[in-house]
Amino acid sequence: MNERFRCVGRSLARRDGEDKLTGAARYAADLQLPGMATGKLLRPPYAHARIQRINTSEAKAMPGVLAVLTAEDLGTSVPRFGPMVADQPVLAHKRVRFHGEPVAAVAAIDEATAEAALQAIEVDLEELPAVASLEAALAPGAPLVLDPAARAEDDPWRTTNVVREFRYGWGEPADMCDLVLENEYAFPAVHHYALEPPACIAAWDTNGLTVWSSIQHPFILRRVLASTLGLPFSRVRVHVPNIGGSFGGKGYPRVEPITAFLARAAGRPVKVEASVEEAFLSMRRAAARIRVRTGVDADGLIQFQEFAGDFLVGAYADVALRVVGKSAYHACGPYRTPAARIVTRAVTSNTAPSSAFRGFGAPQWCWALESQMDELAHACDLDPLEIRLRNLVSRGESLVPGDTPADGDWAEGLRRTADAIGWNTPRKPHRGRGLAVGIKNPTPATTSMALVHMHPDASVTVNAGTTEVGQGARTMFAQIASEALGVAADRIAVPNPDTAATPFDHMTASSRSTTMAGNAVLAACRNLREQLAEIASEVLGMEAEVDVEHACVVAKDGTRVAYGEAIERYFGEKQGEVIGQGAYRGERGNLPFGGPQAFWEVSFAASEIEVDSATGEVRVVRHVGGGDVGRAINPTLAVQQHDGAAIMGLGHTLFEQLEYDHDGQLLNPNLMDYRVPLCPDLPEEVECVLIENGDGPGPYGAKGLGESGTIPFAPSVGNALFEATGVRVRELPLTPERVWHALRENTQHELAKDVEFTSAPQRSGGRPADDG
Amino acid sequence: MLSQRSFALETLVNGRPYALEVGANELLLDVLRNRLGLTATKLSCGIEICGACTVLLDGRPVSACCTLAWEARGRHVETAEGLAAAGRLHPLQRAFVDHFALQCGYCTPGMLMALRALLDEEPQPTEQQIRESLKGNICRCTGYQAIIKATLAAAETMSSAGGRV
Repeated sequence: MNERFRCVGRSLARRDGEDKLTGAARYAADLQLPGMATGKLLRPPYAHARIQRINTSEAKAMPGVLAVLTAEDLGTSVPRFGPMVADQPVLAHKRVRFHGEPVAAVAAIDEATAEAALQAIEVDLEELPAVASLEAALAPGAPLVLDPAARAEDDPWRTTNVVREFRYGWGEPADMCDLVLENEYAFPAVHHYALEPPACIAAWDTNGLTVWSSIQHPFILRRVLASTLGLPFSRVRVHVPNIGGSFGGKGYPRVEPITAFLARAAGRPVKVEASVEEAFLSMRRAAARIRVRTGVDADGLIQFQEFAGDFLVGAYADVALRVVGKSAYHACGPYRTPAARIVTRAVTSNTAPSSAFRGFGAPQWCWALESQMDELAHACDLDPLEIRLRNLVSRGESLVPGDTPADGDWAEGLRRTADAIGWNTPRKPHRGRGLAVGIKNPTPATTSMALVHMHPDASVTVNAGTTEVGQGARTMFAQIASEALGVAADRIAVPNPDTAATPFDHMTASSRSTTMAGNAVLAACRNLREQLAEIASEVLGMEAEVDVEHACVVAKDGTRVAYGEAIERYFGEKQGEVIGQGAYRGERGNLPFGGPQAFWEVSFAASEIEVDSATGEVRVVRHVGGGDVGRAINPTLAVQQHDGAAIMGLGHTLFEQLEYDHDGQLLNPNLMDYRVPLCPDLPEEVECVLIENGDGPGPYGAKGLGESGTIPFAPSVGNALFEATGVRVRELPLTPERVWHALRENTQHELAKDVEFTSAPQRSGGRPADDG
Repeated sequence: MLSQRSFALETLVNGRPYALEVGANELLLDVLRNRLGLTATKLSCGIEICGACTVLLDGRPVSACCTLAWEARGRHVETAEGLAAAGRLHPLQRAFVDHFALQCGYCTPGMLMALRALLDEEPQPTEQQIRESLKGNICRCTGYQAIIKATLAAAETMSSAGGRV
């Protein structure tokens, strides 16, 4: 398929590989500036409290302490920040709203001094009632997280903890259906645990503020810092070195604003390195409870779907509302849905702001819908594969009315995934298999820009704002530029972003970078080629055009001039450069998120699991994931993204869950008590099926897949658990305790013991939903 | 400002001798990163679970985040910076490149040191042995599979090269 490409479609080695293996790769916390001080934040252990008094005099008097700040020291009105609305105070003001919210900060000559100064700060807090679960936040008379007086008078939810409700719908639900099934599914709050906790260095000079941060989205950080500090964009410069994982967690500013204030107060550069515990206290995925009611006809074809979802968001907005609203938009999945009613509420609580996390709400909806699809299959006596194939939309068919129609061959993807796991082959005892399909939309109507410099030696520098979080963006961009220019990839440099030199990029998220930033790189290469042709025409005195295959410019009379020669003849020996610029502008339109979907990120999952009936332990023994990538620019990187995302999904499927007590204190903000997938948890076999039809809107037909593997993982396992045991567990994670109890409660479902079976042993039937 | 005893620390790091004055409660991780500028070794969980700070102390893997610097007195500390010899990648590093066994790279130096220790002990490990031996090294990006493949490949290279490379 890829013969017509020189560089695209080849698994070139990661260009950051050697540096990351030898220790040469630098991360924010590795950097040192002359005179740099250490900053630390004081985070009291209360989820909700009134700040009575903070006494910093002792801390301020300590030798080696350079600055001690509370909200009172930050200005007459406390500065606030946030990516959507500036609602989070740089330091808590009058009130603490979640466990871990910082109330004071210090900068000192070294870490030990900073730590001692933090301990010397006296904080008088009056603990207030807190809510930290959907049940508590929605209970009648629950303490309110937001002040009703500060909310719009016509807001129907102003005296509740519901921050916002989103509604979508189309068609008329049928009065009569052959079968209507209603169930409720729950998804836990989970933490990203990128190994690198957030780190930031801030330094001021007459140009303004310069930061080096582990931030995923440098241009959003620039905007937020500019707004919080009252600076023009041009006076905030953001450098992003290598990032030690993020998964959405380091997308939006957290420690950066206070680091900037500390550096200003200390009069020298300040570095704040959060601990893993602080990371746990600062970022998470929203917990969700989703009720689904589905009507199908006698053939198992969906007639209508109704969803009511509640998402537990935190005490500040972050991007939580967007997560809730945007993911609900595709709640009906990749299935033909003649009528839909989708209602979802963001429910605030005294917990850390819920934020972006791989899948951006999609894993929660997918857990509900894909579990429900399986329950429908069993109720209709259909094979779980068959019911999905019957309902999947075909290419060109509408998904969400008015938005981009289906842009892939998804039935093919699901079939290939099912075949790869041997869907119709006999199962071993205690084993079951499950399928699921995931869907997500990249963020619409966004912009990415790129500059591609060609130097007089015909080597190339690509400047694009995508950060390197491990996905391999810099390798991808080199391949795209190599393909477009005919320059060998090893002569192409792709530096990490520096907002003073790198042109604008909306964000490194949403599985958008290869497609959208990649398109900007491609456009910049095309622009560079046009300029090369122009300058060559001028020096040759006749029309000329670029011959990419031979990396030269060819004049009308056949004269060939190498790229570098054209540049030198135009600008002078060893001088000048040609700078191509390009932009990708996502289509705008009157749709809920500003424009139509550039593509649908659709993925497939098939899991085979083994259940220990004595302990309730579930083990995923095989997993096949499939992603519709359009075209893999670098197939191994694509598979790696997919496999890594899948094992991340294994975490929230089997182990991961943030646990808050009744007072809202996070009980497990560390790796001892919060269990992420370890190497021995890896299934015996993990396989990835890439669907490549060259039909994406990105360079050479690419589509994104960064989140694909995570989204359908959990329901593929939950569905396999049902097949193995006849027991449906509707709440994640599938811990041994939860599964053990479910097995005990379902004594009517005999465990499939030591018998081989080729189809599901039990059918759950169309029973009412209140048993989950 | 914090009064504490300090010790003279003479140690060998990646084959190079160092003589330092270290505090009684100073961690090996901080000495490596902040005093010697060897930043390959990373801090993550801080409680000896994630393995990002794994270094070798006389050939045995330890968590530098929970090891006092003075414990390195008279001993040999090895970090990822010392793996490549004379500009040539160690077979493990080579295999990690070839098998794309890293993404963000934050766990990678610790992972390499844990695997170095494994291959010293067990030059031809089975896949199962590799899985078990890596339970103290968390990778949140790759899903581990490529790391296992790379380790098997490195073991193969090293044994066909006649033992240690």
